Amino acid sequence: MFDFLNSGQYDVLGAFWVTVQLTLYSAVGSLIWGTVLAGMRVSPVPLMRAFGTAYVDIVRNTPLTVIIIGCSLGLNQTLGISLGGGTFKEIGFRLAVLGFIAYTGTFVCEALRSGINTVPVGQAEAARALGLSFFQVLTLIVLPQAFRAVIAPLTNVLIALTKNTTVAAAIGVAEAALLMKEMIENEPQALFAVFGVFALGFVLLTLPTGLLLGWVAKRVAVKR
Amino acid sequence: MKVFKAGAAAAVAAVLALTATACGGSSDKASSDGGASGGAKKDKIVIGIKFDQPGLGLKTPDGKFTGFDVDVATYVAKELGYQPDQIEFKQAVSAERENLIANGDVKLVVATYTINDKRKAKVDFAGPYFLAHQDLLVRADDTSITKAEDLNKKKLCSVTGSTSAQNVKTKLAPEADLLEQGGYSECLTGLENKKLDALTTDNSILAGYAAQEKNKGKFKLVGLKLSDEPYGIGLKKGDKDLQTKVNAALKKMVEDGSWQKAVDANLGPANYKAEPAPQITEGS
Repeated sequence: MFDFLNSGQYDVLGAFWVTVQLTLYSAVGSLIWGTVLAGMRVSPVPLMRAFGTAYVDIVRNTPLTVIIIGCSLGLNQTLGISLGGGTFKEIGFRLAVLGFIAYTGTFVCEALRSGINTVPVGQAEAARALGLSFFQVLTLIVLPQAFRAVIAPLTNVLIALTKNTTVAAAIGVAEAALLMKEMIENEPQALFAVFGVFALGFVLLTLPTGLLLGWVAKRVAVKR
Repeated sequence: MKVFKAGAAAAVAAVLALTATACGGSSDKASSDGGASGGAKKDKIVIGIKFDQPGLGLKTPDGKFTGFDVDVATYVAKELGYQPDQIEFKQAVSAERENLIANGDVKLVVATYTINDKRKAKVDFAGPYFLAHQDLLVRADDTSITKAEDLNKKKLCSVTGSTSAQNVKTKLAPEADLLEQGGYSECLTGLENKKLDALTTDNSILAGYAAQEKNKGKFKLVGLKLSDEPYGIGLKKGDKDLQTKVNAALKKMVEDGSWQKAVDANLGPANYKAEPAPQITEGS
């Protein structure tokens, strides 16, 4: 039933490695972008707050597939933006990471904003009374505590991101879902075995992530 | 708490009952379909086609079905004793075709279904009714591609996971810069904007796109025969009776000229040279 795995025709591990790479780059990028967005949403500048709110509300409510295909069809095929990549393989990967960062950043932002709300107002007031600027209050006092409070929700975002990377197959990034499509095309007699292999692959990626970060969340949470 | 438990139990029971009736209902329908191959007049026949391939199987915005596969399906159904209003078309996405047939959801699949051994392990075929070849679609004024090797320096597009895409990667032109998109329409955007040089898949599918009203005159087929794709009609494994009947229907369609008419009407434009109908090889 699983002979298709031994034929040497399919590089399942390689495909999952691309999935891991997509996830890691996008996770780091969306963590940074999401933090910037969260900063904007709590900043005292009305224009920044307006931009943050508008961006999060629009992008979060746009289907990811639309964003990813928009990156490929709109940015690359129509406007010619290639993010410095030469071949479609590179361009597709970079555009996909861009799309995932744009999308996942909104969820990181909202998780982080809920974490900021757990920090007592008195702390920010005390910091301001010491003469710290908004930027200093945010980065030195509020965000470090906020991050410790939101590890669990951020883990959910990361797991969702891992699974969302399968959407990159729509623009031809050679990750797990694309290989699955190839295998279904070639091995119709083993349809459920193919599904099983890929489902198992994703469980192996996401389950340890959840367990590890769940443990970290418990250790670092601020007891109030 | 007790109330909650009772409520939950009732809900579970209701769901079970609903699923049970739903299962019963569908299996009843499937079995009545199964027995209807002789042609009981009041029954319907369910046929799987593609809904998204202009020229072959396309569901138009007003809910009609057009294309060569649809014409073949209608003709075969007529020979089996079903009038056009007794045909129910169901979407048969490539990955689901075998299961639709094996589960009895559809009686026949007429959906650019290439006959090959791995598929024959799960379903039987009638036909082939059409011989397609992998080919290239380029802009109408482009003369730089004349053979498969020319692709090695070109930007090429195909559909994710398709056999054509795999052929290019492994055999035809491993150095070609291949973009795999979700559908052929996405490829056409890049081709028109000169971000891509060629689009590859079966010539029948390419001809269907090039023949679309909005694309007329923009693209042309190169006319290469990069592979053989004999399209068959998929049916339940072991149903020799149905296979023989469908084969007879296909033979008749070719002999009375309806086959040629359907090819010309659906795939005519776009420099597409239709070959004569292939010999029927499946069953006997």
